[in-house]
Amino acid sequence: MNMVNLRAIYSIWLRDIIRYRRDRSRLISSVAQPALFLFVFGTGLSQGLAIQGGLGGGNNYITFIYPGIIGMTILFTSIFSAISIVWDREFGFFKEVMVAPISRAAVAIGKAVGGSTVAMLQGIIILFFAPLIGVSLSIPQLFLVLPLMFLIAFALTSLGIVVAARMATMEGFQMVMNFLVMPLFLLSGAMFPITKLPGWLKGLTIIDPLTYGVDALRIIMLGPKAGAYSLVSDLTIVTVFGAAMIVLAVFMFKGTE
Amino acid sequence: MVIIEANKISKVFNGATAVDKVEFKVDKGEIFGFLGPNGAGKTTTINILCTLLKPTQGVAILNGFDVVKEPDRVRASIGIVFQDPSLDERLTAWENLNFHALIYNISKELRKERIQQVLEMIELWPRRNDIVRTFSGGMKRRLEIGRGLLHFPKVLFLDEPTLGLDPQTRNYIWDYIHQLKRREKITIFMTTHYMEEAENCDRIAIIDHGKIIALDTPAKLKNLVGGDVITLTTNDNKAAAKEISGRYGLEVQTETGHLVFEIANGEKFLPEFIGRMQEPVTSISVRRPTLEDVFLKLTGRKIREESGSAMEGMRAKMRAMRRR
Ligand SMILES: Nc1ncnc2c1ncn2[C@@H]1O[C@H](COP(=O)(O)OP(=O)(O)O)[C@@H](O)[C@H]1O
Ligand SMILES: [Mg+2]
Repeated sequence: MNMVNLRAIYSIWLRDIIRYRRDRSRLISSVAQPALFLFVFGTGLSQGLAIQGGLGGGNNYITFIYPGIIGMTILFTSIFSAISIVWDREFGFFKEVMVAPISRAAVAIGKAVGGSTVAMLQGIIILFFAPLIGVSLSIPQLFLVLPLMFLIAFALTSLGIVVAARMATMEGFQMVMNFLVMPLFLLSGAMFPITKLPGWLKGLTIIDPLTYGVDALRIIMLGPKAGAYSLVSDLTIVTVFGAAMIVLAVFMFKGTE
Repeated sequence: MVIIEANKISKVFNGATAVDKVEFKVDKGEIFGFLGPNGAGKTTTINILCTLLKPTQGVAILNGFDVVKEPDRVRASIGIVFQDPSLDERLTAWENLNFHALIYNISKELRKERIQQVLEMIELWPRRNDIVRTFSGGMKRRLEIGRGLLHFPKVLFLDEPTLGLDPQTRNYIWDYIHQLKRREKITIFMTTHYMEEAENCDRIAIIDHGKIIALDTPAKLKNLVGGDVITLTTNDNKAAAKEISGRYGLEVQTETGHLVFEIANGEKFLPEFIGRMQEPVTSISVRRPTLEDVFLKLTGRKIREESGSAMEGMRAKMRAMRRR
């Protein structure tokens, strides 16, 4: 990467940050949704369920889903940020970028970095709920959670860019929600333990990359007993998936006219 | 010195030829215009020259670089104002320009100064921190022109720069374009389907159905029309037309209740003409030929009889909405 393309990545990143900071409604609704899940769903199910020992590490349900809700927030924000490329295309701004003397790779990477930063910021907002849930995070834990959130966000934003690269209009957005975002969320084990599932469902959770992101968050925030896999294998899978997606995203962008 | 050279470029979309062996040269420092009706192939030609589309055939050289082989060099040499809006309306005017300065790799020292200079030129400096969404159509267009200029391009492309703007704003935009040519000494390649605007160009290529059908200065193009244009009405247009073509050997055209013909030195011709007419003249006017007359002469059609399909109509409406 030369200076030209580093500047381009920076400017695309900066634009995403400015737009995020300015968009109050997005900020509010993106906090409201996880809060609903966490407090309404979490509290409601905690009352009705007594999943003896199945949650791992003696956690109650609301504590158990808390890392999952952070994963959900990152997922939704990442995909939404990536899909905004389609808006840019429809509203013409995309041409301004495509006619500039910068590499297509810089455009894809700038978008991935911008989208992941925004998703990480959203995740940080949810971290402020920790005292309310009764989860206490030490400084070292925070230092692990932040880069992990960025890593998960980067992988998912890159996946979103791969999808958005060939989408001509926003009409496909509903399809993306129904056939990509919701399955990724529901199969990730964000809302239920994945250790004692029937075979077919277990199989589906294994191919969901978010499973490993949520698992890693759980291990760091709630302790090693809360996880279904080891932290090392979780991180390896998320990193490999993220790397594959950004390479694919760059490749898809090179093909667009 | 030639700065743009198009060598028989063609573009075929799914079997339909949008640009057909177009050939022209643009000199450094001139305002070169592409004039033609909707769908003539103006935007497609610009897209080829600015590297967004590959020509099906032919070669185009811009600032010494081949648009297909050296797209990055070409991109660094040009600025462009697209036909459709392309600002980020959620950013401020200043932020839009700063984004542009960054992706065009303008150094930090120069960036602030240049952005201010451009904003002052397009008279948007006091509004620099306002969100673009709150701007009028004319302000947005000015900002796009300023943005196209920001990185000191050698060539500035303006694709229908005044489309959808009211006449007063259109005049403003033209003032900026002329001011710009004087100050920045750049080459301007523009397209329009407004005849009267094409007059602002040093040279014009008239394009129809993807082909260039004439290319010259506006004055010389108007010489293609045989002198001044006389429009008259009589009580019996048919008889009058016969009389005129019989006596002067001229071609007389009938247009919704008027007769139109061309003659050199129209003003001198008029008194004698009226005196000799058997069929009494009820009204008459003389005017200099316009480019509209040239287009009519070359194609037999008026340029503004918008052949516009429903789709184009819709796009125009959407554009008008976004421009607001
Ligand atoms: N991407 C495209 N795919 C298919 N046809 C196109 C495309 N772009 C333009 N055309 C067609 O090419 C012709 C020329 O269009 P265009 O260059 O936009 O004309 P103008 O700018 O002069 O109005 C039109 O018939 C248009 O429908
Ligand atoms: Mg056009």
